[in-house]
Amino acid sequence: MKKLLMVASYIGLGLTLIPSFLVFSGSITLESNKALMLLGTIVWFAAASRWLGTDES
Amino acid sequence: MKGPVVENRREQELNRTRLIERLDSVEEFEREPVPESKLRGWGSFLGVYAGEHTAGTEFVIGPLFVAHGVTAAGLVFGLLAGNVLAVLSWAFLTAPIATKTRITLYYLLEKIAGRQVTAVYNLVNALMFCFLAGSMIAVSATAIGIPFGLQMPSLTDFYPNSLGWVVAVAAIGAVTTLVAMFGFGWVTRFSKVAAPWMILVFVAAAVAVLPELGVHSVHDFWDAASHRIWTGQPMEGQSQFTFWHVLFFSWFTNMAMHIGMADLSILRYAKKWYYGFSSAAGMYVGHYIAWLASGILYALFLQESNFSQEFSPGNIAFRAAGLAGAICVIIAGWTTANPTIYRAGLALQAIRPSMKTWRVTLVVGTITTLAACFPALVMKLLDFVALYGLLLMPMGAVIVVDTYLLPSLNLKTLYAETFGKTLNWAAGLTWILTLGFCLYLSLGAGMEIFFLGLPGWFAAAISYLVLSMVVQRRRVFA
Repeated sequence: MKKLLMVASYIGLGLTLIPSFLVFSGSITLESNKALMLLGTIVWFAAASRWLGTDES
Repeated sequence: MKGPVVENRREQELNRTRLIERLDSVEEFEREPVPESKLRGWGSFLGVYAGEHTAGTEFVIGPLFVAHGVTAAGLVFGLLAGNVLAVLSWAFLTAPIATKTRITLYYLLEKIAGRQVTAVYNLVNALMFCFLAGSMIAVSATAIGIPFGLQMPSLTDFYPNSLGWVVAVAAIGAVTTLVAMFGFGWVTRFSKVAAPWMILVFVAAAVAVLPELGVHSVHDFWDAASHRIWTGQPMEGQSQFTFWHVLFFSWFTNMAMHIGMADLSILRYAKKWYYGFSSAAGMYVGHYIAWLASGILYALFLQESNFSQEFSPGNIAFRAAGLAGAICVIIAGWTTANPTIYRAGLALQAIRPSMKTWRVTLVVGTITTLAACFPALVMKLLDFVALYGLLLMPMGAVIVVDTYLLPSLNLKTLYAETFGKTLNWAAGLTWILTLGFCLYLSLGAGMEIFFLGLPGWFAAAISYLVLSMVVQRRRVFA
């Protein structure tokens, strides 16, 4: 379960960062980037808060 | 009807008792060394430092460098050098003493300087921490206000400009205080979760707007950085910053924490002294990447607003990164305000040790929230940060001299505790003389506040050494 949550967390971080480079290269618009960053934020906090910062981690 | 009402009251009373018990059980070892079993690993400190120094203030400091007309080279190399010096200060000054004594700054100071000096010091310290945490809450409020069309403060605003602003500040202040009341574990946990995401939002926001500043490939960056972002031209009403301003500002941004020893309270939980190097996570992520990134965002705002005086980190982040950017500003302010309120609570608790940590934190959080209502805290942040470090720095020099130099001169360490005194004149006078010396350098010699920390530290160290000799020799011959 923890591994799944970790994978989901990293996907969240990826959605937060990678689209900005696609804007830089002209592949997507700034508005699409904003939507993907918000999605990444939701995924990150939903997944990471269940394993990161706990005593076991 | 009476039965359920009584039952409900009993339930409420029980819940209240449980909450008080839970808060009372928060143990922070205010007046005893941290036990072996409570020491923490690298991860805790990396999380705390990265979270704490990727903060709401980064959304202010980066833009203020732009406003002060620093050049691209001055900023890039000034930050590189200044942050190295800051990390070395944590690693070689603060952390060794923290892991040797394992007690808070306030308790150590009480043993050296006595209760009277420490009480005054703690009061000043707590007040400074409140103002600092207040500025972070104010930054968060600029993001909370976006959906409500809140009128944002400008670079010249000192007083609250609307009722909406006060309500937004009060909401953020209440939540921050509540989290801080539950102790350091909560702070660590929240910082750990938020830190990696926050820095990526800073980076992503800056990268995404680069094309709008004329950067379409890596090769374009330096030219755009020099001519459109850090142009070397200060905005109207702002002083000119150079490489040296950037170096000393970045070194002394956290002077109270490293040279001033406030981070004894944090690093006393470290297993080894070299965990002090974990401060690099905060310096190079928060005080390097985040300052560069927020400067880029502000340059775009200035370009689009025809150099408007309005200053709203929330709006600037929202323009570049949408809702994620606004949330980042709120959380960035929150994760820094939390440990700062915690530190302020420890400072006040040292004056009244019988008071529970959570009660003190509640008082501190209220003062902080009131201070946050004044936008001046944000607009004059560079000066305030320099002043607050300067005020607290002399006692850090006293601790270093007391720990390392006095024993080699056959002088007693921990003077107040050793001789059962409530006032160590050597420490008290050192503080007054050092601040007087810095005031002279500022007003008499015209030295800017950003440069006073270095001569001030040496003045404090020499002063305490000489005064300790006088005080302790007099005692021997008396």
